Amino acid sequence: MGMTIGEKILARASGKATVCPGEIVTAKVDYGMSNDGTTHLNIDIFEKKLKADKVFDADKVVFIVDHNIPAESYKSAEVHKKMRRFAQQHKLRFFEGTGVCHQIMLEEFVSPGQLIVGADSHTCSYGALGAFGTGVGSTDFTAVMKSGEIWLMVPETLRFNLHGQFKPGVTSRDLILKILGDIGANGAAYKVMEFGGPALENMTIDDRIVLCNMAVEAGAKSGLFEPDEHVVEYVKSRGREPVALFTSDPDARYEAVYEYDLGALEPMVAIPHSVDDVHPMTEYSDVKIDQGFIGSCNNGRIEALRLAAQILKGRKVHPYVKLLISPASNQVYLEALAEGLVDIFIESGAIMLNSNCSACWGSCQGVIGEGEVLLSTGTRNFKGRAGHPNSSVYLGSAASVAASAITGKITDPRGFLAHE
Amino acid sequence: MIKGKVWKFDNDVDTDQIIPSQYLLLPTIEEMKHHTFEPIDKDFSKKVTPGDIILGGENFGAGSSREQAPAVLKALGISAVIAQSFARIFFRNAINVGLPVIICKEAYNHIDNHDIIEIDVVDGVIRSEKDKSQFIATKLPEHVMKILAANGLIEYLNKQ
Repeated sequence: MGMTIGEKILARASGKATVCPGEIVTAKVDYGMSNDGTTHLNIDIFEKKLKADKVFDADKVVFIVDHNIPAESYKSAEVHKKMRRFAQQHKLRFFEGTGVCHQIMLEEFVSPGQLIVGADSHTCSYGALGAFGTGVGSTDFTAVMKSGEIWLMVPETLRFNLHGQFKPGVTSRDLILKILGDIGANGAAYKVMEFGGPALENMTIDDRIVLCNMAVEAGAKSGLFEPDEHVVEYVKSRGREPVALFTSDPDARYEAVYEYDLGALEPMVAIPHSVDDVHPMTEYSDVKIDQGFIGSCNNGRIEALRLAAQILKGRKVHPYVKLLISPASNQVYLEALAEGLVDIFIESGAIMLNSNCSACWGSCQGVIGEGEVLLSTGTRNFKGRAGHPNSSVYLGSAASVAASAITGKITDPRGFLAHE
Repeated sequence: MIKGKVWKFDNDVDTDQIIPSQYLLLPTIEEMKHHTFEPIDKDFSKKVTPGDIILGGENFGAGSSREQAPAVLKALGISAVIAQSFARIFFRNAINVGLPVIICKEAYNHIDNHDIIEIDVVDGVIRSEKDKSQFIATKLPEHVMKILAANGLIEYLNKQ
């Protein structure tokens, strides 16, 4: 019986020739990443409960301050101080305010074939580069900090074969929302979502990150693509080499196989308060919005910003709507500046924010009030996710948010692109 | 044996409902626990009493990896969480902080909010006090019972 790419990565990490679904392995991790959403708990467990004195390998533990940076309260500032102090003391890789943790990891550390554990559920994003990323809680992460190892059950795999090409105004963001709507918020619980098929040759790294990033919204342990030449070029251009270029065997076992035609997709929206309550955007075109948000580990990269700029160029954000834009990292921000996108955003009336988790999680700037409606490129639309418990979050693509910010209500972006 | 009053929730209860993002960076779980389930019921932390049991539908604990979610439930004295299924990270986090998590498909449709129930975690049986009905639940294996008895994974490892 052949193996999937996910099984091969877990076999390598656990020093085995083969593994099969259901098997529990003890695996060595290539990196452990933790951010300011939970690291204060990890540090407390490490120092006070575990009474550990050093991390397993200071070059393999990455702390990233991205959730509440700059601090919105002195309590958050204390958490950041604690992270900074610990990172200095243990000489960890430390980033503060330069981007969303997953974007930093993809830019600086992730290579095909690696196993990476993160104290954040969206660690599954790294599958875009052919690495197995998975999210864990503080106790598990603290054990990784000390030992460099974690026990994992080898998951079953669901295969998603992608065909065709996106039509203008339709993106991988719409595809992942469509998939979530089809399989449900626990449709991939405990499993790997493996993406492949002929459409890959036309799918950029940004497209792939968008898909893998939201695998956890279907309950998945990870999302994965087989690394191709685009991925090798991406990591080499950043001074890294692939660890291993695994592919799934032709006789690999899948629990289920799904087929998607990209050309048949239309702009989609997830409506409050569930990521799997997904509908064609045109069915919600009467919903007024108070705020739009373009950013996050899901959809704050340069291609999303280019698409938004294409729609916003020469147009104005609706007078009673705020449009917040947070590039996913400072690298992305600099690219956007160099391409003149930021000029377009500011001239349209958008508010530029620094690179952080921003309005995707209702804990830093950009929260919404009671009864307000946010259309977001963030990862979740759970009740109260972006502010007041009685507020609403809809999820859509960067193109959809840009178009809707202009009209003040949920708007299919294709009409705006047709005039270009 | 665990006995307590049930607080019943829907399917897909996510960790943002259990403990909203804006409280995650509070310095301690003790401070966070007062905000447990705030988006669903802002007075939950005042109404709950130690020993009470959470009953969820499918996919309980979806979303964020925040270990604060099972930790605040434990800090409020919740004695167990029963659900038809759990999200992966929550399930693991709950055991790691010493909060029993029990999978039972059947009980959900028979047990109402505020019912008194008993859970035999070793034999895997849930009993309802109101009509003496019984439901088969997952048994927790011995090594998980040891982690729970020690009050969490780290405490368990420290005792080894």
